[in-house]
Amino acid sequence: MKKRFITSIILIVVSILPVAAQSKIAKEVPHIDFGNTAWMIVATALVMFMTIPGLALFYGGLVRRKNVLNILMQCFIIMAMISLEWVVVGYSMTFGTNTGFLAPYIGDFHWAFLNGIGINDVSPYFVSQENARIPHLLFVLFQCMFAVITPALIIGAFAERINFKGFLAFSLLWSLFVYNPVAHWIWTSSGWLFKMGTLDFAGGIVVHINAGIAALITAVMLGKRKDYRGHAIPPHNIPFVVMGAAFLWFGWYGFNAGSALAADGLSVNAFLVTHIAAATAAITWVIIDMLVDKKPTLVGICTGAVAGLAAVTPAAGYINLSGAIIIGVIVSVVCFYMVAFVKERLGYDDSLDAFGVHGMGGIIGSILTGVLATPLIQASYSGLLYGNVHQLNVQLIAVLTTVVYSAVMTIIIFKLVEKTIGIRATKLEESVGLDETLHNEIAYTTID
Amino acid sequence: MKKIEAIIRRSKFEEVKEALHAADIEWFSYWDITGAGKEREDMVVRGQVFESSYIQRRMISIVVRDQNLDKTIKAIMDAARTGDLGDGKIFVSTIDETYRIRNGQKGPDALY
Repeated sequence: MKKRFITSIILIVVSILPVAAQSKIAKEVPHIDFGNTAWMIVATALVMFMTIPGLALFYGGLVRRKNVLNILMQCFIIMAMISLEWVVVGYSMTFGTNTGFLAPYIGDFHWAFLNGIGINDVSPYFVSQENARIPHLLFVLFQCMFAVITPALIIGAFAERINFKGFLAFSLLWSLFVYNPVAHWIWTSSGWLFKMGTLDFAGGIVVHINAGIAALITAVMLGKRKDYRGHAIPPHNIPFVVMGAAFLWFGWYGFNAGSALAADGLSVNAFLVTHIAAATAAITWVIIDMLVDKKPTLVGICTGAVAGLAAVTPAAGYINLSGAIIIGVIVSVVCFYMVAFVKERLGYDDSLDAFGVHGMGGIIGSILTGVLATPLIQASYSGLLYGNVHQLNVQLIAVLTTVVYSAVMTIIIFKLVEKTIGIRATKLEESVGLDETLHNEIAYTTID
Repeated sequence: MKKIEAIIRRSKFEEVKEALHAADIEWFSYWDITGAGKEREDMVVRGQVFESSYIQRRMISIVVRDQNLDKTIKAIMDAARTGDLGDGKIFVSTIDETYRIRNGQKGPDALY
């Protein structure tokens, strides 16, 4: 009581004093907040860490020893190539505003080469902290890491049988014409799916569904590995897989908690639900493993954790603890069913389950966001469980549109690259191994 | 002089090693091998259970004097046997010559 009384007196005095009032107004305009900036620099670095070495090791361990370097190389060069693409045109195409009829669909080129973005400019984008923002350049960098990891996720689908030039051309074109527009639709205030009210906190739709569907399409179009026998080929280095999954889990804190663009309660909640969804999904996968195959497997627990992380991504800013647990359980059940049974029955060769884990994880998470979003986290957003049927419909529309757009564009880009550069590795390259034939290097030698 | 090469279960390696040491074999070499045949073993990757024709075994190699041949073979055979399919095989071949690198000693004297 006493405290509140003193506070109200102070407030009255402050509002009477004109000078004090002025400084108060000055604080209400968007400015660069040091605390938020410090956290977001770290978060950006964490997301970078997800692609190399996180995803690189996760995927690299899952392939055969003759193709591990090819996977590491693909992840590494995507980091370099897409980062450049991002500062040249990608950022502007994605987050730039456009005029006229194109505005809801794609940005323009006025920020090409980051033209006109000064070092002290305030980010035009924010989530919950309208005034305490981060530098614009930091937002560019943070989003750069998302643009990098999305095409890198697709690598899992065409692993062990793609030629390097074809891969480069495909990844670049896909980033330009699939990632950039879809991110614009959902993450900018002029985007048509954003205006409709789509919720995608950290990229369940933009990153995971987008890449997952492209993965499925490329796996089908590229055809099976020539020695594919309808089941997974045993991983050559499971410790790599475990390390990669652990790095992904670690980096995902930057991915999801960083997507609050601030170091506040919303960010910490995203951290919490991300962590718990991953933990729940990992345990769920192990339980299914033990029910179906009697033994808990390392590849299983890692796959479960990654599926949980993918699924909680769109929901991280809207759900609470119970939502995280529900997502974790459901995603592992669905993804296990997908990779263990459906893939085999349909017969497509998604080498490392980029679709089965990331794509399905993203779809489950994005739909469940429309069910589990609770006004306890962000007052203006709620899902079906809290009486808002509309949100679920919006999520379904966004998921469906992204699935169709990503599929159609992937088919076009794939055909284009196939006809011009060629995309499938030769039979000889595939059987000898891509490491030796495409890179002239061998991962494990017998030389002292 | 005889060379004994035996393919054994990896699960039986420790027992075979003890038996060989008990039979006065001072040193032998071994390496992991993978066999590919008609036999199948179950494998699991991400919930998919499938049969694999790649079977992991261990190969040991020993060169002995003629008079030690039988007891060495007996030691391996007794220690490596489970009675189930897949216990492995023992191959014996004749060695033409043996040299001890340190002092050039040759013939059976260079062996144990």
